Amino acid sequence: MTVYPYVVAAVILLLGVIGIARSRNLVHAVVCLAVAQSATYVLLISIGYQHGGVAPIFSSSSTAPKHMVDPVMQALTLTDIVVSATVTSLLLALTIQIAKQHDTVDPDELRSLRG
Amino acid sequence: MTRSMRMVVLVIGVAFVGTALVWAALYMPGFGGDWHPYRDHAAAAALAHATANVVSSVNFDQRALDTFGEESILLGAVVGVAVLLRPVEGERRRKPKNTGHVLDSTRLLVVLAAPVALILGIDVVAHGAITPGGGFQGGVILATGLHLLYVGGRYSAFDRLRPLGLFSQAESIGVIAFAAIAASGLAAGGAWLANFVQHGTLAQLASSGTVPLLSGAVGLAVTGSMVVLVAHFLEQRLLVWPPRSEESASAKGDEGEERI
Amino acid sequence: MSLLIMIALALVLVGAAITVFTTDPAKQAVVLSIYGFLLAVLFMVMQAPDVALSQIAIGAAVLPLIVVLTVRKVETVRAAKRKQKQ
Repeated sequence: MTVYPYVVAAVILLLGVIGIARSRNLVHAVVCLAVAQSATYVLLISIGYQHGGVAPIFSSSSTAPKHMVDPVMQALTLTDIVVSATVTSLLLALTIQIAKQHDTVDPDELRSLRG
Repeated sequence: MTRSMRMVVLVIGVAFVGTALVWAALYMPGFGGDWHPYRDHAAAAALAHATANVVSSVNFDQRALDTFGEESILLGAVVGVAVLLRPVEGERRRKPKNTGHVLDSTRLLVVLAAPVALILGIDVVAHGAITPGGGFQGGVILATGLHLLYVGGRYSAFDRLRPLGLFSQAESIGVIAFAAIAASGLAAGGAWLANFVQHGTLAQLASSGTVPLLSGAVGLAVTGSMVVLVAHFLEQRLLVWPPRSEESASAKGDEGEERI
Repeated sequence: MSLLIMIALALVLVGAAITVFTTDPAKQAVVLSIYGFLLAVLFMVMQAPDVALSQIAIGAAVLPLIVVLTVRKVETVRAAKRKQKQ
């Protein structure tokens, strides 16, 4: 149990990379990249977790900080999700442009860069 | 490289990286331990500024500079998508055809759900310092709540309800408001993004100084960004290659409102 | 409680595998939406409500939407180019 979440994050990352390498369609490759990025969310949140911890919100009767899960890791994950969304949208826009210019979205057929 | 060579490199790479990651995991502090030094300092600092939501405090108060960078990432991505999805040579914009059929139950659901989603989004943005949420989450809820109207109606009607110029300006105003609050922090508090407004009491709406203000600015910017981003993708359906003959005109014209 | 976390992690792992091994991009968009929801459930169980809100809004709504729009556009472009070649 002590390394299980970290190993899950590693496996999800490798699954995403395997999906990108085996892909025959650029849109499928972009979605596999999004899956690989989600592995980092799992890793960051797992690092911040504490057994018996509560969410990092103070109620009016202040909770002792010793029992919260780590808020800094959650802030890092929030930024990670935003960056992932922007990267995925830019890559999908690139895919549309590639389809317009080269008429194929198969990575194996897109070997040479034509002008 | 050929496909078979790529597979060989993949196997070697996965084996190496997988071993390295699992080996590293064995040396990390165990899952669920209680040694979190950042949490102790961050929670204490949030309490000192009367912020109930510690994650919002970290995002908008302690590390607000990173959030500023994140907003510029979002702005840059929208500009990038706009440039990449410009009409290519030979593409013309056609008018949306108003055929297609929306079920009455869908329309009813959208009429009931869209106002709830919009109010929920504003609530999440406004209570960023008190409850889970904040500018970014509320902004995306607002943007997707607006697109419920696209699901329940015609594209031309939705286009009229979503003036793109307004949302584009909202995005810019959000980022400028963030920078303005940051500069006032410099003027009044001696540091960029200093929390110079009165802190108030914990868990009240007007607590924690600049956090609700920055949350509102980020909410505005993110709503504008997301609506403009999705609008560029939606507009692509209206860009078609000019037809060579009659049958190609009818063959490629999928109805402007086909439900996705 | 930790049993819940273990189950959530296992579900996320299975969801990731299914998303990666679904080859048709249109179907993959729906699977991505479900995977995003499973991730949000994992974040809730790990006491991270802010992150869960963000993940549901982005990963289950916005990302599958633009993936589906991209797939439609790519199909339209390829069909139009095929017609032009004839």
